[in-house]
Amino acid sequence: MLQDIRAFFDARDVLEVETPLMASHGASDPNMANLKVRVETGDRYLQTSPEYAMKRLLAAGSGDIYQMTRAFRSDEAGSRHNPEFSILEWYRVGMDHHALMREVEALFQQILADRLHGPADECSYQLIFQKHLDIDPLSSSTTELEAKADTLGLMPAGGLDRDGILDLLMSFAIVPKLPKGRLTFIHAWPRSQASLARLLSDQPGCAARFEVYYGDLELANGFWELSDVKEQALRFATDNEKRELMGLPPVAGDPDLLEALQSGLPDCAGVAVGLDRLLMALQGAEQISEVINFPWDRS
Amino acid sequence: MASYSTNEFRGGLKIMLDGDPYNIIENEFVKPGKGQAFNRVKIRNLKTGRVIDKTFKSNETVEAADVVDTSMQYLYTDGEFWYFMDPDSFEQVSAGETAVADAVKWLKEQDTCLVTLWDGVPLSVTPSNFVELRVTNTDPGVRGDTATGATKPAQVESGAEVKVPLFVEEGDVLKIDTRTGEYVSRVKE
Repeated sequence: MLQDIRAFFDARDVLEVETPLMASHGASDPNMANLKVRVETGDRYLQTSPEYAMKRLLAAGSGDIYQMTRAFRSDEAGSRHNPEFSILEWYRVGMDHHALMREVEALFQQILADRLHGPADECSYQLIFQKHLDIDPLSSSTTELEAKADTLGLMPAGGLDRDGILDLLMSFAIVPKLPKGRLTFIHAWPRSQASLARLLSDQPGCAARFEVYYGDLELANGFWELSDVKEQALRFATDNEKRELMGLPPVAGDPDLLEALQSGLPDCAGVAVGLDRLLMALQGAEQISEVINFPWDRS
Repeated sequence: MASYSTNEFRGGLKIMLDGDPYNIIENEFVKPGKGQAFNRVKIRNLKTGRVIDKTFKSNETVEAADVVDTSMQYLYTDGEFWYFMDPDSFEQVSAGETAVADAVKWLKEQDTCLVTLWDGVPLSVTPSNFVELRVTNTDPGVRGDTATGATKPAQVESGAEVKVPLFVEEGDVLKIDTRTGEYVSRVKE
């Protein structure tokens, strides 16, 4: 599988790169738990993805790049999660998220081949909610969304904020119904879940983010990348406000990423693929532990 | 008060929910790459036996239920309560009708049972998988008939009725599987 992936990018003149696993800054995303490593000069963060560093390369003029590396996310262990996992991340200069979705599809078709039964489906975030739950995720009030989750017996004790409810509905009421043996691309996510995607000027309230699923297995997440330094600084601040509300420690926005955006990030789209998940799809595995030699509880 | 974080959830863990003790049957960690993490669990209410699905936000803590399974000796019943004794501490507990439930028909004095205690009070009683009980009432035996597979009802000393082969007689001691309620064999004395 790794050889096939390298051949795919060689054929497209995308350069393989390496970036540090231990960096001076971590991800600010409140739903991402960074693992810290204590070194003599202070704390270092094991990277939850190579995104920040790869964007610095892009800003420095690297052109199209890809990387296969390890990523670390604390507290994520289960039948589809291992706190230490393999990630494929790539960036294409000049592409938007739609063009990149086509490239992701081409790669997955090549890798998964016989495992795919039928063409990929593509649907917006709004439409998939309307189709499966008969509710508009963008215009409905938080109370309406909560009532829907409650009817389905999904609401946890202690309540959830709006994005938490959307994640709940997506994870338990939509994703399990995605067609088996096929790829589904869900795009145009709500702006509150933009992460590092730019906002879509032609679809108010939506961001240029997409997710890819094989059946109900999440394989990849991509963006038409945010390049506006002011907006990026604002997102770091918003992430930390949410962290404070959730009682989580603050994670300072990475100044090197801001500097890179300041100096100019070329128009580009990028995507991260969970390689262990891709291998699960390829081998028809139900548990991530089936595709990792020494999974978390035995490592 | 002891408590568990959702990342300690696993099958067999006993937790409190809305004032009732529950046993975790299955636990599934569910998290979108970018988004809220959840634990979806299948749990059994230890008082009613009902199984439900429940969602927790990951990293929430849940109160632990003080539920332990203890091997205890059955002593006697006064008709209202059934009394059990811890063979090590000689401490006695009394179980009501709901706790004893279906186990009642297999209880013989001196036999060892598994008593599930919640805060020290019996929540349920499970008899041994196999018990040996004497037949107190059945139609006369038919000697020699060991091959036809025909059965007749027999009442045993604990009160249960068991289907037995035709050759079984009153006074015989039988080995019975309490999980299925089926006759296994005659026990030589």
